[in-house]
Amino acid sequence: MTMPSSLGGRLLAEPIREFGRAGIFLVTAFARMRFGPLQLGEILRQVYFVGARSLVIIVICGFFVGLVLTLQTHDTLTRFGAGDSVSTVLALSLFRELAPVLTAILFAGRAGTSITAEIGLMKATEQLDALDLMAIDPMERIVQPRLLAGVLAVPALVLVFNVTALLGGVFFSVYMMGSDPIVFWSNMQASVELMKDFMGGLMKGVVFGFLVSWLAVYFGWSAKPTSEGVALATTQTVITSAIAVLLIDFVLSAFML
Amino acid sequence: MKSSHQIEFTAGLFLLLGIAALVFLALHATDGGALKDGGYRVVADFSNVGGLKARANVSLGGVRVGSVESIDLDPETFSARVVMIIGDRFRTLPEDTSASILTSGILGDQYIGLEPGGAPDMLKDGDKIMITQSALVLEQLISRFLFNSGGEQKK
Repeated sequence: MTMPSSLGGRLLAEPIREFGRAGIFLVTAFARMRFGPLQLGEILRQVYFVGARSLVIIVICGFFVGLVLTLQTHDTLTRFGAGDSVSTVLALSLFRELAPVLTAILFAGRAGTSITAEIGLMKATEQLDALDLMAIDPMERIVQPRLLAGVLAVPALVLVFNVTALLGGVFFSVYMMGSDPIVFWSNMQASVELMKDFMGGLMKGVVFGFLVSWLAVYFGWSAKPTSEGVALATTQTVITSAIAVLLIDFVLSAFML
Repeated sequence: MKSSHQIEFTAGLFLLLGIAALVFLALHATDGGALKDGGYRVVADFSNVGGLKARANVSLGGVRVGSVESIDLDPETFSARVVMIIGDRFRTLPEDTSASILTSGILGDQYIGLEPGGAPDMLKDGDKIMITQSALVLEQLISRFLFNSGGEQKK
């Protein structure tokens, strides 16, 4: 197939080709999927690097998101005499949207960039070729553990985000504004559906975890083996992840509601 | 640099933390799957359910005892058929319990209020509540009020 030669055609064709390359990359990674004790250990190690090491930023951001969300809804809802609904608004907006989306974007910034930079540098310093020479498949050894670790770590981070944001909400609503804690929790329990609202949000976490780690691994893998190339790939990871997460989030929400 | 055992241990701890958060949130911050498994179903026909929706509360004496599962229109009698799930703890409701659709507060949600009767037999799974009172529809109330007061003035 001949590529379009006009400038507009090339601008349009390049993202589509990039998308195609990322898709082919993913299919190859899955086609060479193999499980073993070595592989599981490597996945756990990656869960530590991308998940456990992201805990601090998730806890701090979650707490303040819960705090400011409660502050704003408390202020608005008390104008309508609906101050009791603060916990409902807080829990529903957190579980459904804020926790999965913010966690995914923070994850892209904290862990996605380090994955991209790591793989990009491995490529630049020819470590990937060295693995190949030693008959170790870099797809299996490098790419797959990072993909699967993201799928495991992001839902766990979403849950931690939920808990700390709720704590922030309780802190503001109950301790600073003097709301009744029993009303706070019982209103939340009465209006949040376990399967639809809570598990739906968790499913979003799984999808976003996969999405972000796929993009991070791909951009690292396809980076130009120079310092500029790695820098560009890292930037691309963050930008593309943020756009993709917000876009997919809308699609998922539209299906879930 | 941490040893690989320590790293795996921390990763395991992290995943356990996620599971603990899942259990805490599922039990403490959601309806916990509602009363879906532990409860029995009771049917009631209303001529008008107003703004009642599925998942609305069923309460007795102001205490929540169950929830509305589904609302459908009976194609033969044209009355609204409400299926509600009542918790297993409240197995002892008498057979002649009555149900009415009420509103909590002026702008609040509509819910079903149960009023226990005095019959010796209990409601069983799949039973029908015979005594029901429909929702009050604001427009009907106002028009009734207007007609009544209009008639009085003419006298």
